[in-house]
Amino acid sequence: MNIEELEQIAKAVRLENAKYDHEVNVCMDLACLSQHADRLKDALTTAIAASGKNVLIRKTGCMGPCSSGPLVRVDPEETLYRHVDASHAEAIVASLGGEPVPGLQCDLNEHFELQTRVVLENAGYIDPEKIDDYIARDGYQALLMVLTDMTPNGVIHRVAESGLRGRGGGGYPTGLKWGTVAKASGNLKYVVCNGDEGDPGAFMDRSVMEGDPHRVIEGMAIAAYAVGASKGFIYVRAEYPTAVARLTAALRDARRHGLLGNNICNTPFNFDVEIRLGAGAFVCGEETALIASIEGRRGTPKPRPPYPAVSGLWGKPTLINNVETYANIAPILRKESKWFSSMGSERSKGTKVFALTGKITHTGLVEVPMGIKLREIIEVIGGGVPGGHTFKAVQTGGPSGGCIPAEMLDLGVSYDALVKVGSIMGSGGMIVMDDTSCMVNVARFFVEFCMTESCGKCIPCRAGTAQMFTLLTRICNGTGTMDDLDLLVELCGTIKETSLCGLGQTAPNPVLSTLKYFKNEYIEHIVHKRCPAGVCNMEATVPAVPMEVSA
Amino acid sequence: MTTDADVKTLVIDEQEVSARAGQTILEVARENDIDIPTLCHLEGLSDVGACRLCLVEIKGSNKLLPACVATVQEGMEVSTNTDRLRKHRHAILELLFAERNHICSVCVSNGHCELQALAQEQGLTHVRLPYRNPELTVDASHERYTVDHNRCILCTRCVRVCAEIEGAHVWDVMGRGINSIVITDLNEPWGSSSCTRCGKCVQCCPTGALFDKSKVGDDHPKYPDFLPYLNLMREAQ
Repeated sequence: MNIEELEQIAKAVRLENAKYDHEVNVCMDLACLSQHADRLKDALTTAIAASGKNVLIRKTGCMGPCSSGPLVRVDPEETLYRHVDASHAEAIVASLGGEPVPGLQCDLNEHFELQTRVVLENAGYIDPEKIDDYIARDGYQALLMVLTDMTPNGVIHRVAESGLRGRGGGGYPTGLKWGTVAKASGNLKYVVCNGDEGDPGAFMDRSVMEGDPHRVIEGMAIAAYAVGASKGFIYVRAEYPTAVARLTAALRDARRHGLLGNNICNTPFNFDVEIRLGAGAFVCGEETALIASIEGRRGTPKPRPPYPAVSGLWGKPTLINNVETYANIAPILRKESKWFSSMGSERSKGTKVFALTGKITHTGLVEVPMGIKLREIIEVIGGGVPGGHTFKAVQTGGPSGGCIPAEMLDLGVSYDALVKVGSIMGSGGMIVMDDTSCMVNVARFFVEFCMTESCGKCIPCRAGTAQMFTLLTRICNGTGTMDDLDLLVELCGTIKETSLCGLGQTAPNPVLSTLKYFKNEYIEHIVHKRCPAGVCNMEATVPAVPMEVSA
Repeated sequence: MTTDADVKTLVIDEQEVSARAGQTILEVARENDIDIPTLCHLEGLSDVGACRLCLVEIKGSNKLLPACVATVQEGMEVSTNTDRLRKHRHAILELLFAERNHICSVCVSNGHCELQALAQEQGLTHVRLPYRNPELTVDASHERYTVDHNRCILCTRCVRVCAEIEGAHVWDVMGRGINSIVITDLNEPWGSSSCTRCGKCVQCCPTGALFDKSKVGDDHPKYPDFLPYLNLMREAQ
């Protein structure tokens, strides 16, 4: 495969698409599929065949506003229909070339206006199982350009210049990480893609892997060229069977096209990727635990240093990046790095994908430039809190993050700003809570999550999260005391400072941030035995944490 | 001529010390009679950095580092016994005592227990956290030894000594988080497992979780000192 051949494929696809008068795109991502988007697509296919119109029907990845699903978009008019079911198929096909079907149109201009799509530029526009669709939208151009025109150092320089930071949550500068792995000695190196997305309410990486799998593979191949690796692993959780199937198909197609394998684009560069499945452990998203899991060992973290960049998979230098980070690479190299760094705030460049969930009108996937105000995401893009309730807080960063109260909604979203208010960027989950949410109960939920997902290796995380859960349960059921609260705060400090890996170090964050902004709710529970949101049942007794062991 | 990269000088608790490159802070501290409390560390076994008792402060960094795995750097200033560290060590010991059923008065290792000794050394007089009192089992199926999970602190010394020194890898950890437990083989009773009956795990166990049936009452000292000697002899071969 060379650039000319790639352009020929792209040209052929565009010519083929131009033969049709209309394109009907059906979102087949999980949310829409669960509402029978597959039946809808069959009905549309039948209706199109019956009408005799010259229409292309395509299944695509996530279009964004999942709560309005199943979604159908008609191109070139760009008419978006919401809540479509099979009975609407004939009306939609009949309207092609004329006025859109009344009452079915999705009026979400405000929702889309504030968004900038880089990572999701193809999601909703291509068939994720067709490599040619991806190539027609400039896919793999960056890889071939890099292989023929750029030195590995040049690639690293470009990525560093763009200001891209790791999208997995930590925000480590990507260019710096690549540079470290490139400089590490050894002729065998690995590139790993972390697709072990596990935060409650987060589904950004799944949508990218399912909606545009080639983008991730291209990003990994470019990274491998830059750091000098010849082997890659995609670590996906087994709970994402569609992502696994699409990635497997994408890898097969890329190999057939000569975009993976030996002597890619007639250069000495060899690279291939293997998929490894996670067995449902949240901690395996931590890079040293992920490495252990890929190696076939128990997924427990190791103390760092040595960092994986120096000693990772089987002791070799290993580059680990998140799905979204790799998804940003191809556009950065295809366009100029200035284009990328022109978006976002001073120290956080580019865009970020968020999964908006919870008490919000338009739940779904959004991609916004960094630096955008939380208020704009929640009130404009998300459409605010439904049902006449008032907004109370937004939780970012999953179980490692914190709750941000209404007073701070004018905060610009960036890595540093979120840390300053006691939360983190995280991988991009954003859970909106209204006045019916009890913040103590929310903290208890996240602590319970950390407790069950702790690997059990280090004592502060293993027993500390269980103790936090017991103390929070006491507060929630009205048997807590002010001493318990002091003990809880002290415990949070110890767990935060002494835990071995990020899971334990950040596990107290939901408690600390709710205590910081909603301490009155804790006091209400303890002193007045009252739950202001009416969520907690204050009559219950303390249930002991069950020990499910039989040895 | 040795290059200056091979020898590092650093300061531990205001004492100037020298070290070979690649040595851990713990090794250097102990060579210089500076005591850092440890529980999962055992000389002769690999280090996992799991008990978090050996955490030390490094000047210029807010992060605490485990002395058993952190290697020395030129000019680093280490503090091993600050208020902050003592507070955390206290809290960690409390967590350990409240996690399972540690009742010294009826334990075979009373008086010979590393957890008990550490608590005395750190001045732990009482536990403020709620005791979890989990229901755990005792496996006495082995003809010579018994495992009492009530006293296990999951330091994984048994797992490491069995895999690394004996080469049998009978012990491992099952489950996760608070439900973690050490098992023999694939959770077989110890007596019918592939155990070689060498008894190394019993000697390495810091508490009374693993004990010898032939020792009666509370007179059960353990001798893990064979390990460094064994390693030395193996290297010499």
